[in-house]
Amino acid sequence: MNSSLQILIRSPKFLIGAITFLVMIAFVTIYPLINTSDPTEMVALAFQPPSAELLLGSDNFGRDLFLELIYGIRTSIFVGLVAGLSATIIGLAIGLAAGYIGGMIDDILTAITNIFIVIPSFIVLILISVSIDSRSTLITAIIIGITSWPWTARAVRAQTSSLRNRDHVNIAKISGHSTPRIITFEILPYIMSYVVMAFVLQTASGILSEASISMLGLGPYNTISLGILLNWALTFEAPVSGAWWAFIPAAFSIAIITFSLYLMNTGMDEIFNPKIRS
Amino acid sequence: MNAYRKFFVKKSLWYLLTLFVAVALNFLLPRLIEGNPVSMIANQMTQVMTDSDSMKKVYDTFAAEFGIDKPLWQQFFIYLGNLLRGDLGTSFGLYPTPVSTILASAVPWTLALQLPAILVGWIIGNALGAIAAYKKGVFDKVLFPTFLFINSIPYFILAIILLYIFGLTLNWLPTSGGYNYQMTPNLSLEFIGSVLKHHFLPFLSIVLVTIGGQAIGMREMSIYELNTDYVLYSKLLGIKDSTISRYVFKNAMLPQITGLALSIGTMIGGSLITEIVFSYPGIGTWLFTAIRQLDYPLISGATLLIAISVLLANFTIEIVYGLVDPRIKAAQMEEE
Repeated sequence: MNSSLQILIRSPKFLIGAITFLVMIAFVTIYPLINTSDPTEMVALAFQPPSAELLLGSDNFGRDLFLELIYGIRTSIFVGLVAGLSATIIGLAIGLAAGYIGGMIDDILTAITNIFIVIPSFIVLILISVSIDSRSTLITAIIIGITSWPWTARAVRAQTSSLRNRDHVNIAKISGHSTPRIITFEILPYIMSYVVMAFVLQTASGILSEASISMLGLGPYNTISLGILLNWALTFEAPVSGAWWAFIPAAFSIAIITFSLYLMNTGMDEIFNPKIRS
Repeated sequence: MNAYRKFFVKKSLWYLLTLFVAVALNFLLPRLIEGNPVSMIANQMTQVMTDSDSMKKVYDTFAAEFGIDKPLWQQFFIYLGNLLRGDLGTSFGLYPTPVSTILASAVPWTLALQLPAILVGWIIGNALGAIAAYKKGVFDKVLFPTFLFINSIPYFILAIILLYIFGLTLNWLPTSGGYNYQMTPNLSLEFIGSVLKHHFLPFLSIVLVTIGGQAIGMREMSIYELNTDYVLYSKLLGIKDSTISRYVFKNAMLPQITGLALSIGTMIGGSLITEIVFSYPGIGTWLFTAIRQLDYPLISGATLLIAISVLLANFTIEIVYGLVDPRIKAAQMEEE
């Protein structure tokens, strides 16, 4: 584990991505501790342009957009991480079960996975979100997670079933090791690099999904996320009022967060997958 | 051809099953969850109306449509029966317009926007990705991060940025709607021009994001192919670079077709939100309106329509892929 971390650090793509992401998290965690004002407080007139006092101006309600952006980034990253984690766990569990157990269970699980890969997760997300009255941030994140596991499941299944009949797994079986033990020590280490990469990608797509459903007006309640900021900007016609500060910073924040995650993923891919190293 | 027919039948059966699951989810999810929208909204709707006679009528319409008083499995058969007759229910927001009428007016707009945009983006993206992999060096170092960055911008954000720059700041192009609403739709050149002008910005934003994603995939596939033994062997044989790149392109292209099939759901979802940004009169914009008005039948009709189109697009691509890729035919032959 230590050595793979050392290799990773030598990949500039991974390093740039990881540093950007961590700095972003550190900043949005620390800033609210220094500036303890309430982001929903109205401090100015509507759509004031950026100034020394209001770094990113004010929104349609006259709230400090810079502060809102900080809270928005925090919520969005949180949603992304929780969604990514739940999607990875579900995908890993289904993939391992299908790949390792095989037979009927494999057939059924693979069929379910294939069906949910084709049915757009976006639609399932809308259907569930419409039906739930009060969506907290956590619930939104988990809903995103449970609609985006099929990719991970498919890849984990493919790798597990190719590992299942390798010699070291057979030896472990003959030695009488229990199934959980075999999976933990003989299978998981081989697919770990893939699982970590899947988690990073799922986090990025979780952030994008949150932004998408919030844009539709189906985001979490009583909070500020990047998607909700964009939804407000559009609903209250910020583009028409020329208030670029109401949506450009939020838009770029989403792009930068997902870009840093994609960079991390590409960096890892090149390390763990020497064939595509250019 | 017999092998291909078998492949076709197998795929068709799979897609029928998937279609059934999609329809069942569309029916079940909103009904199973606590305080389900169907009965609740039907109640809410009737509370708004004051005239008791029309209230009763509205309530009866929806009660009959949903079969609220019947057990769930009977409701499902009512739902399926209605679907088979092409009846998607009555809109709450635009009562008493049928949902199918609203969606039918939106489909041509969405199709005309998304189909060309996704295809054009896919073709350009693949070409650029192949070039980046082939030329390497500075070209790749600049293009690749650009693709990656564009790919991390959600569709609608690029849309907002384009709208702001070209529509509002430079005032080059109209910012909302499908055509100039002062005109009446006809086949005159002026009207077609207006449609094209309104089409351009949403089209461009979908194309750009699609290019990003496709180019990344194609670049990876091409780099992989360029490192294979047959490329090295051809180089040693002294075969012209342009010929080798044609081999590589062909081989790298096949997985990209599957890639298109698999990402088409996400693409359509993203493009729907692009429509909202430009108030384009397609399904995405209607979905947005429906969600704001809690127009449940319209939401449900739109999600079902989108799910079915994604399935159909996938099915088409897979069937074509079976024709194009000799390996699929070979695999089918082996099975026999």
